[in-house]
Amino acid sequence: MNKTEEQIVKRAAELLDNKEVDKVIGWKKGEFCFDPSPAAFTSSDELKDFVYNDFCGANLSKYLVNECKSGGKIAVFLKPCDTYSFNELVKEHRVNKEKVKVIGVECHGKLDIEKIKSKGIAAVTGAEESGGKVAVTSLYGNAELDKNEVLLDKCLTCKGKKFAVADEIIVLNEMEETKNDRFSGVEALEKMSEEERFAFWKAELSKCIRCNACRNVCPACTCNKCVFDNNASGVATKAPADTFEEQMFHIIRAFHVAGRCTDCGECSRVCPQHIPLHLLNRKFIKDINRLYGEFQAGETDEGKNPLIEYRESDAEPSSAVNGEVRHA
Amino acid sequence: MQSVTETKNEFVPTIVAFCCNWCSYAGADLAGSSRLSYPANVKIIRVPCSCRVNPMFVLKAFQQGADGVILCGCHPGDCHYVTGNYYTRRRMSLLFGFLNYLGIEKDRTRVEWVSAAEGAKFSAVMNDFAKRINELGENKRLKDLRVKENGHE
Repeated sequence: MNKTEEQIVKRAAELLDNKEVDKVIGWKKGEFCFDPSPAAFTSSDELKDFVYNDFCGANLSKYLVNECKSGGKIAVFLKPCDTYSFNELVKEHRVNKEKVKVIGVECHGKLDIEKIKSKGIAAVTGAEESGGKVAVTSLYGNAELDKNEVLLDKCLTCKGKKFAVADEIIVLNEMEETKNDRFSGVEALEKMSEEERFAFWKAELSKCIRCNACRNVCPACTCNKCVFDNNASGVATKAPADTFEEQMFHIIRAFHVAGRCTDCGECSRVCPQHIPLHLLNRKFIKDINRLYGEFQAGETDEGKNPLIEYRESDAEPSSAVNGEVRHA
Repeated sequence: MQSVTETKNEFVPTIVAFCCNWCSYAGADLAGSSRLSYPANVKIIRVPCSCRVNPMFVLKAFQQGADGVILCGCHPGDCHYVTGNYYTRRRMSLLFGFLNYLGIEKDRTRVEWVSAAEGAKFSAVMNDFAKRINELGENKRLKDLRVKENGHE
């Protein structure tokens, strides 16, 4: 058990024992060290299964939508990037801020087990990062890997270590600021010809099995009834029959979160087919920044998002699509 | 003015035009009563405001066999509902840019502001758009294969 985890469990137990909160949302031990899953804990006895390690990539803010429906106060552990999603949910009245105690937790970037496995390391029993390196222990021996090679994609383009909101913070070791150009992937695609782009997306999207994991995990997708759950839509939960359905689902999914997506990267993390879904969301973010001014969803829990706002001097669609217009 | 439909034995595109009830739809009417022609393959769908057009409508039109989709609304500032077309402008700027990002030709989609008094503009816009779609040819990238095969869904 690492120091941070100890501290988190201690605090969670305190909160539950003192009846300050009725529920704690955190990560629960899975079958292996690398598959902790989000869970709600209601008593300090249950906390023996609580885990916070370098595989806790899940963003817990969305779980509040359901948990808030029952009475009582809830404590939730959020990493810096997850706090943006929380703000966005509060802004959209999906989560009642008064009922939630946000505890910010330290994060140095989370690890991707698939990337570790692809290095030829099987039966991983533990992994701990420190100073740019990751020490992996497995049944077949130990290995040291370069941290950047095994980080989750979303952590490679880390938004920063600032907590957008937090009632209290558990940070034992200082978190290093990371700087990455998150739009480089989008720019590379924009430079391609239309044919190349179409071929790229056709190849990527045709892998989709319509498991809906991207939709279900997305903290911005919180409609009680989703358009895709409508059987008459022709694209209701089922394996896509042709390229149109694949495109339709992904275009609409990305459009529905445009202007509200905090770029938490959960969609790409959970995709079992490894489709780079964040490239869809980031295109919208990039265009919004270019046309309507820099905007980070979830920076605060009030104000209007770009798509429900307008200025009389906004760019015309014809010139906006050509990519010439810049926000003045 | 020559309409593209007059060209024989050639690909005739299907064009869907979403027209605002308060301006462009009346503009189309004016074009007609002024004896100005626009291609017959432009299928007009009347909407209460350009803002009513959901991105799904656009995709659905392409799915059902449209080769081009054009959105016509009131000039910014003249919306019957005061601000509707300002939202359209933002939405469609993003949506059409996004479709292009996925590899859909950018000229297949267009937004034009046509007022009720601009019958001539309506006719000119539609002729120009139809000409461009004719050059681009059939929409192959964003369609439902089953719809094309069966004629209808």
